[in-house]
Amino acid sequence: MLEIKGLKVDLEEEEKSILKGVDLTVEAGKVHAIMGPNGSGKSTLSYVLSGKDGYEVTGGGATLEGEDVLEMEPEERAAAGLFLAFQYPVEIPGVGNMTFLRTALNAQRKARGEEEMSATDFLKMVREKAKSLKIDADMLKRPVNVGFSGGEKKRNEILQMAVLEPKMCILDETDSGLDVDAMKLVAQGVNALRDQGRGFLVITHYQRLLDHIKPDVVHIMADGRIVKTGGPDLALEVENNGYADILAEVA
Amino acid sequence: MALDDRRHSLTEERLSSMTVPDVGCTAEARQAALARLRSMGLPQGRDEYWKFTKPDTLVQPDAPKAALFVDDEAPLFDNVDRLKIVFVDGVYSPELSDPFELEGVQVDRLEDVCCTDDHWAEDLYGVLEARGQTPVARPLAALNTAYAGDGVTIRVTGQPSKPINLIYTHKSETSDVFLHHVVRVESGAEATILETGPAAARFNKCMEIEIADGGALHHIRAQGRDHERRAVTHMFARLGEESTFKSFTLTANGVLTRNECVVELTGDNAVAHVAGACVGDGDFHHDDTVFITHDAVNCESRQVFKKVLRNGATGVFQGKILVQPGAQKTDGYQISQSLLLDGDSEFLAKPELEIYADDVACSHGSTSGAIDEEALFYLRARGVPNAIATDLLTLAFLAEAVEEIESEALRDDINTRLEAWLERRRG
Repeated sequence: MLEIKGLKVDLEEEEKSILKGVDLTVEAGKVHAIMGPNGSGKSTLSYVLSGKDGYEVTGGGATLEGEDVLEMEPEERAAAGLFLAFQYPVEIPGVGNMTFLRTALNAQRKARGEEEMSATDFLKMVREKAKSLKIDADMLKRPVNVGFSGGEKKRNEILQMAVLEPKMCILDETDSGLDVDAMKLVAQGVNALRDQGRGFLVITHYQRLLDHIKPDVVHIMADGRIVKTGGPDLALEVENNGYADILAEVA
Repeated sequence: MALDDRRHSLTEERLSSMTVPDVGCTAEARQAALARLRSMGLPQGRDEYWKFTKPDTLVQPDAPKAALFVDDEAPLFDNVDRLKIVFVDGVYSPELSDPFELEGVQVDRLEDVCCTDDHWAEDLYGVLEARGQTPVARPLAALNTAYAGDGVTIRVTGQPSKPINLIYTHKSETSDVFLHHVVRVESGAEATILETGPAAARFNKCMEIEIADGGALHHIRAQGRDHERRAVTHMFARLGEESTFKSFTLTANGVLTRNECVVELTGDNAVAHVAGACVGDGDFHHDDTVFITHDAVNCESRQVFKKVLRNGATGVFQGKILVQPGAQKTDGYQISQSLLLDGDSEFLAKPELEIYADDVACSHGSTSGAIDEEALFYLRARGVPNAIATDLLTLAFLAEAVEEIESEALRDDINTRLEAWLERRRG
């Protein structure tokens, strides 16, 4: 599904090297987790994959189902099936949540040569999906993320994911700012999509989220590289002993 | 004070080619306006309120030519049941207009306002304009009062079932048009007046509005898409106790537009909202000059102006709130913002507050900025193409001004039109 090979990335403005050769392959239907200390490059990886400005790829590459994603515009990546659940979802005053979702869905469909969804069908579909994430009609009516609590913003990200049905989902610290109940809701949303053969890359600091979204593979990232890869147990090891032991071991 | 030579000759040069029309019984008011104008002289670029907008093409004797614009869109408010009053290049067209029959409203053509009938508008024509000349001179409005050849008087006595739409069509490339309307909303009455269309190559319009105690007037205007047209418009509104005046203007295109709005809140608890949204591209200069005077207790005023500018377009905002002594509990709000879509465009803002009462809340703000990159990336990351995402954010930026329109149906119409314009521009 997603194949990252030797990816090297600099910060454009500071000429600072952030990713120093990342290798990672996420297969369809699998959940890969990336853990790692602050500043290891986890969020940079998610931004580079989704096409945010300000980064320069200096080596390596990334493909989604064989297509070079780094060559695409952000909207083309989305239409190709890539989705980033933001660590800090952006508030957009004046743009209604429903308008936003419908514009996004239909733009993606159009880009893929599919028929646009009618307003009625769309409304029905969104209401259904919103219900399972406990997102009420009022939240759907409000401007995108404006006045949403931290938990509401993250649930809104998962709703977008459920509506857009991407092939490959990157979750950037989706657990930050969530209480236990909200985390369960988010995890349920993710698990529902996982069953349909989608790939997941879950970036997190804590084992907690991985109790609810069981990963197939866990990677430890440090200083711009994947330094260790293992099964779900690796996450438990981090939880119990911190990163220091692992980093010492690979150093 | 005598005018300097240049201003004097400029003024006389303009007036020499014009004749004061004999329209209805406004002769006295016209002579008074002419005298006012001669004492002020026509505006020049060095005048305090004309520093940001060059008055030359509005002042020169002949109107610069403006190519006709082929508008293939359905007319704005086409689906709204309304009383249509049509002017073609500034001349009322009975054929294209609806009969002046609407319960709760008395409409007359300016030329039918006759002294012998003791017409109500006699006491207003030129009166509010004259009041609005201090403390800031508005010579082009006096010019209008003196020379306006046509217009209507609208007296609202009840709650008319539909809006009155003044429709201004532009058929001649050189038309130089003056229109003058007088509106009086009687106590407890309420109406909506719509104005649509470009009107002329050069359009000078003046509207005097008196709202009696408890009356309400909603005014929604769209200035037409003709690229080369010029317009200078004045609204002079005087509000009585518990009365409401809400005005919204949409502008796209036009090489030069100067919209002045002068509001006097003279009765306690009156409310005045003046808003504008404009979308300018290229050779486009748009100026909102607003002066709101609070002269009564517990009145509210809002000024909300939003401008989207690109390809070298210029936006100007000069907005003032004057709170007179004794106008306690004044609630005044003013915001003017521009969204600059590139580095070539320019926004010039001059917010002013002048307060002579001590128990008031007045706030003002002015900002100029580009598209929010974070928001743009968020939209694109969800699959919304760059151009559509930019338009969505542009509409979002304009929303605060458009939301000043109370009627949902009319607001939707304006929004739909804005969306279509943006979409068309994307090609």
